[in-house]
Amino acid sequence: MSAAQTTTADLPPAKQQPSTGAGTGITGRPRKTTRRGTAATPWLLLAPCLLVIVLVMGYPLYRLVALSFQSFGKAELWGFKEAEWVGFDNFTKVLGDGVFWSVVLRTVLFTVGAVILTMVLGMLIALLLQRVSGWVKTLINIALVASWGMPILVATAIFKWLFDADYGVLNYLLSKLPGVDMVGHNWFASGPQGLAVIMLLVVWGAVPFVVITLSAGLTQVPKELEEAARLDGAGAWGVFRHVTLPILKPIIVMLTTLSVIWDMGVFPQVFVMRNGNPEAEFQLLTTYSYQQAFVVNDYSGGSAIALVTVLLLLGVVAAYMRQMLKIGEVE
Amino acid sequence: MTPTTATPRTARRGGLKKSKFGWNLLGLLVFITAGFPVYWMLNTAFKPAKDAIDPNPHFFPTSWTLDNFRRALEISDFWGPVGRSLVVSLVVVLIGIFVGMLAALAISRFAFRGRKVVIVGILAVQMVPLVAMIIPVFLLLNDLGQYDRLTGLIITYLTFILPFTVWTLRGFIVNIPKELEEAAMVDGCTPTGAFIRVVFPLLAPGMVATSVYGFIQAWNEYLYALMLMSQQNQTATVWLSNFITKNGTEFAPMMAGSTMLAVPIIALFLVVQRKMAAGLTAGAVKG
Repeated sequence: MSAAQTTTADLPPAKQQPSTGAGTGITGRPRKTTRRGTAATPWLLLAPCLLVIVLVMGYPLYRLVALSFQSFGKAELWGFKEAEWVGFDNFTKVLGDGVFWSVVLRTVLFTVGAVILTMVLGMLIALLLQRVSGWVKTLINIALVASWGMPILVATAIFKWLFDADYGVLNYLLSKLPGVDMVGHNWFASGPQGLAVIMLLVVWGAVPFVVITLSAGLTQVPKELEEAARLDGAGAWGVFRHVTLPILKPIIVMLTTLSVIWDMGVFPQVFVMRNGNPEAEFQLLTTYSYQQAFVVNDYSGGSAIALVTVLLLLGVVAAYMRQMLKIGEVE
Repeated sequence: MTPTTATPRTARRGGLKKSKFGWNLLGLLVFITAGFPVYWMLNTAFKPAKDAIDPNPHFFPTSWTLDNFRRALEISDFWGPVGRSLVVSLVVVLIGIFVGMLAALAISRFAFRGRKVVIVGILAVQMVPLVAMIIPVFLLLNDLGQYDRLTGLIITYLTFILPFTVWTLRGFIVNIPKELEEAAMVDGCTPTGAFIRVVFPLLAPGMVATSVYGFIQAWNEYLYALMLMSQQNQTATVWLSNFITKNGTEFAPMMAGSTMLAVPIIALFLVVQRKMAAGLTAGAVKG
């Protein structure tokens, strides 16, 4: 582990300069800053970064936990009343609510669907990119990067337009298919259909990152291994299953966990698609928490929901962290 | 349809052209599907408003106009929000890249007690869903008197992009051989001097890419901009969302507004994308 050494520790003495500091002994380094600096330097370098993170992340995180054990509404927000500690009241209220559990179920289904679609499509397109001619590859890459860089809000606006009931081009195209009449079909009349459109929007935005990362990974799969497997009689699927997949596993784990975290945090897509006021059928945990806090003005209830969301994600995060730490240790 | 099955490798000699043709066709299909939303935005933005709501959509431009752009600029102030977004994003990136680089140096070039804890901490912050933090951040900035101030938004965005910046820069730094620095120091450079003369020039392209990416993140953020800024101080993305809720039926000007927001960002993105993908995955396969 090369990173375990400091840049300065075991260097031969540099050009001799008049020694200004005492206590630099061991390697005879003449400059006073280096030797003593090694213990404190990394912390000095880290200080500004940690300060910002603790201020804007650490404290609010504490506040989030605190809030969910308090009663905090409009009166407390304006400072008319002190926040009152209420123990687990918020949680019993939230967890005892049937609506909450249907929101949880909807969120889990939405996330699982979006992640699976993203990963499978991403993998297929990455594999396809290896087989097409150069110019097709360039075309696909341009389209992918364009949709990747698209601001989420713009993408949402475009999908709203594509799926518009009266003038949406999608209804027009679908109606061209024999036996299908979608003229004037309102995709957002029902929750499941509307969420499917939103899922499509999320997947469309998420696939490029997966494809580009997997493509980078695929170039590192040794050709000899694939050849060897093929000589041993493996079919295309066999090669993929037993050679490609195991080598890509770290990347796949990383991408899947990241996708779960991102897809569970989907907010603007739903919020804007439903004109800033999602119906009950469209609520996911994020919008539900937002609504509880800023529409109902029950900030502590909203915090409790947000905290439950974070706890639900912890398992996934743990898997991601393990993978990232492995990567961090390699160098 | 799955490219994983039935790879026509056996027909390599005779059927190479033919087999490529099938894959290319499939590839073009992917290109059209993935690119269509972007194309449709541009197509709608430049066509006369009455063509946009024609029940028989025009797939290829027959005539084009800038009317939609004019209309989009009329509906509500455009340059104010764009200016605010620019200020916020630039300041966030400038501070973020400097602070982030110091931290990245610390975790990639030094061994110290607690290094692992710091890495876990930084990664963990990245994992907290931002939406979950909106309530306490809102209350915190409210208490500090930073509600509806650009500084409040800047500090908040800084936290979002820092973990990512640190992790990506770390990836770029570990790829620079330490021997280069050591050689410079043998030749008489101080550690700081070695960094500025040797590491920094090699790191610069990675830093540019990371900054552009951070800029895009800050520019595209919506929820916090919506919650932390009032109507008069809205930023660019919120400007577009206003449009959607109030003038939802005027799709053509909305697509024009979308074009104005998205095209510069996509152009930036195209420039740095290759470099970024390299930084993000640096060392990932080796794990």
